[in-house]
Amino acid sequence: MKHIPLRQAARNLRIQILRHNPRDPDSQPHLQTFEVEEADAMTLFIALTEIRERQDPSLQFDFVCRAGICGSCGMIINGRPGLACRTLTKDLPEQITLAPLPAFELIGDLSVNTGKWMRGMSERLETWVHSQALERLDINAMEATMEPELAEQIYELERCIECGCCVAACGTARMREDFVGAVGLNQVTRFRLDPRDERSDAAFYELVGDESGVFGCMTLLGCEDMCPKDLPLATQIAFLRRRMAATA
Amino acid sequence: MQIIYTDVLVIGGGLAGQRAAIGAKRRGHDVVVLSLVPAKRSHSAAAQGGMQASLGNCLGAAGDNEDIHFADTVRGSDWGADQEVVRMFTHTAPKAIRELAAWGVPWNRVARGEREITVDGQKKTISEPDAAHGLITSRNFGGTQKWRACYVSDGTGHAMLYTMSNQAIAANIPVHERMEALALIHADGRCHGAIVRNLMTGELLAYVARATCIATGGFGRIYRVSTNAIINEGMGAAIALETGVATLGNMEAIQFHPTGIFPAGILVTEGCRGDGGLLLDRNEHRFMPDYEPEKKELASRDVVSRRMEEHIAAGHGVKSRFGEHLWLDIRLLGADHINNNLREVKEICQYFLGIDPVRELIPVRPAQHYSMGGVRTNHRGESPQLRGLFAAGEAACWDMHGFNRLGGNSVAETVVAGMIVGDTIADFCDSAEGALQLSTSLVDEFGRRESQRLAEIANGKGRESAFELARLMQETMTAEVGIFRDGDRLEQAVATLQELQLRSRNISLRSSAPGANPELVTAYRLQRMLKLAQCVAYGALQRTESRGAHYRADYPRRDDLNWMRRTLARWPSPDDRLPALDYEPLDIMKMELPPGWRGYGARDYIEHPDTGVRQQQVEAIVGDPGTADRHARQEKLMPFRHLLPEHLRKDNQRLGEDT
Repeated sequence: MKHIPLRQAARNLRIQILRHNPRDPDSQPHLQTFEVEEADAMTLFIALTEIRERQDPSLQFDFVCRAGICGSCGMIINGRPGLACRTLTKDLPEQITLAPLPAFELIGDLSVNTGKWMRGMSERLETWVHSQALERLDINAMEATMEPELAEQIYELERCIECGCCVAACGTARMREDFVGAVGLNQVTRFRLDPRDERSDAAFYELVGDESGVFGCMTLLGCEDMCPKDLPLATQIAFLRRRMAATA
Repeated sequence: MQIIYTDVLVIGGGLAGQRAAIGAKRRGHDVVVLSLVPAKRSHSAAAQGGMQASLGNCLGAAGDNEDIHFADTVRGSDWGADQEVVRMFTHTAPKAIRELAAWGVPWNRVARGEREITVDGQKKTISEPDAAHGLITSRNFGGTQKWRACYVSDGTGHAMLYTMSNQAIAANIPVHERMEALALIHADGRCHGAIVRNLMTGELLAYVARATCIATGGFGRIYRVSTNAIINEGMGAAIALETGVATLGNMEAIQFHPTGIFPAGILVTEGCRGDGGLLLDRNEHRFMPDYEPEKKELASRDVVSRRMEEHIAAGHGVKSRFGEHLWLDIRLLGADHINNNLREVKEICQYFLGIDPVRELIPVRPAQHYSMGGVRTNHRGESPQLRGLFAAGEAACWDMHGFNRLGGNSVAETVVAGMIVGDTIADFCDSAEGALQLSTSLVDEFGRRESQRLAEIANGKGRESAFELARLMQETMTAEVGIFRDGDRLEQAVATLQELQLRSRNISLRSSAPGANPELVTAYRLQRMLKLAQCVAYGALQRTESRGAHYRADYPRRDDLNWMRRTLARWPSPDDRLPALDYEPLDIMKMELPPGWRGYGARDYIEHPDTGVRQQQVEAIVGDPGTADRHARQEKLMPFRHLLPEHLRKDNQRLGEDT
């Protein structure tokens, strides 16, 4: 490859955005269309920033890393949840519809409060290493060993960026507000796999052994299909369900 | 205005802030963390390639220790760093990584037996020893003598940040998300917390605290092309500057990372080159050995970035419609290696460039990456001017990076600084001075002032657009205060920034939307960013030498005679048009490693007369048979352990090294 791939003729994108500002008593949810001339290598981050700067400075959305690693910019893009920052407009039709992720508290327009939801999930599932040994940890001494493959397997599950796409894509989460979602169940499998965490299956069962946990999953597979990090969510949930069923 | 009281207010929810919060909380103090975004989305997550800590486990790291890490860091800094702080850092880094390992970070581990590596463009087979099996492994990085960057694939910062955040949640530390500190509350040289804006509702609150810690990261977004997250606007440093009391250190020391993908500026890790990747020009010629025969692609970032720009200027860049760039070639590492150890890089290439780096070249060009400067603190993380104010991580300048930071030293610094500064804050709160002592009328006064500033912007009738002025600032910084600087262009930049500062008082908003109002946010941040930008540009104009990342084409040599000094910037009055600069000397006679050649880059520098004297003293100590033990020798050269909190003073255990 000798050049960055480019598009020939510039398209005129019609970007339709579901707008609503809950802080404004006069605001009603409505669709508003913006026209943007497509540029080379344009992402939805670039397009939305341009709309805010040139057309409507009140437009709310969340971007942080703009590199697909922080999970801030999950939104519904032409009906499917995804990360806006790494979505190239050239991969979309001229007509683009954007909406905030459902299942999360709306802050305004495309901005939703995933942070609050994820913190709640972490507190509820206690997503940290539980270990008596931490009390006596000697940080001057050699670290405990771990099999190299196991460390890689844990990282595979740790790659989750808590973007909320799996929750937005989940049938159960749409029906049950207290469902922990694939993101939560994945965390449980991550800590269950980690030998540093001393919790037993019985302890994990206490956390997810009901309909708001692993038995709430209807195996619709939306989570895995929509995961921007391609995490093996369905396999992990199926595995966890078997373990939890055995524990019950 | 609602007032929230806490012992400790930490502004910034990245690695440094959260580790400092955990440290203070463990000592029994209540802590509140403020964060612009959910803590796990902080820019710490963007660190890809590794964390420097001299564990010395894998073959490429064998023989590594704090001494070598220290020397690499000081050379990397081009002798701009505070060597005591570098010692404190290199001594604590192994402890930091071991703590994180126990807390759950899935560090990649050494696998015994043979494996293939890529060195200098060639495949080689090495064999890892049995004894190291399962210990934390490390990869090669620029400017280091050993493989010292410990990693979790190329998602190191992400894994560290999630573990740290989870520990903070376990410790029941509240993180008030989407909150922005607008001003520090202070009087008579004592800081009492901050006036804070809720970025969901737009309302103002006061957080009153005994100790306030700034951990807001860097300010890369004053540049147009930056690897930084878009939240890295330096607001922590800016509100410290706006006190008129606290100082910012070495603001002109800005790092440019060699491999931002072109043209978006998104980072691809130094691990690409550490693992054996090469830089190629338009003819697919590997040019770095021509310039840097010793370290080639793995010289320090300032040197590699300069060589790349030099090579482009000499006509060897690849032309594209966005401008010129060079190539990063990691094809030789093979699909397996890329899919396992450079998977985030692969994703970034796929999504943003539409290429597969297993088969294709990656277009790269240096991009602004790191702010060595920041809120000036002493070695314990305390502002020397404003009591009760602390800073840690990239937002701070306790000065372990001098004029160039080594790759992998920043995530290491965040955690180490958090460990140390967390204790400093707790000590302060435990002391008589740490008692809360302010009147609520002071809080009201600061609250009114901020409210009035916002109202002035919101009701402004001028003709300026905040977005447009922000763009002009960024263009100016990238064009005039970049990798190659000179007096003429810096003067131009200073003048332009002054003009933008005046114009920024005549902004009018198009939107009056209730809530956070993103346009208002841009406008008030811009006024503060312009001050930071001016500290950078004006500091760079005054520093008539070249040191580390600060390169002056009109003063191409490092000048130890005149510039063994750290820049301190203050902004005494809101109406000032330039910062007031002071300088504090770095004392060569106290240095463990006196100035010399870095081992890469320019060999030519102006020597200070103390250097020779100190060199002789150092040689005498090193040659003394009574100092055969490296710890005893180090103690004679430059004692530092007494500067650390007591629980961090012990030796670090290593394979084949008894403690």
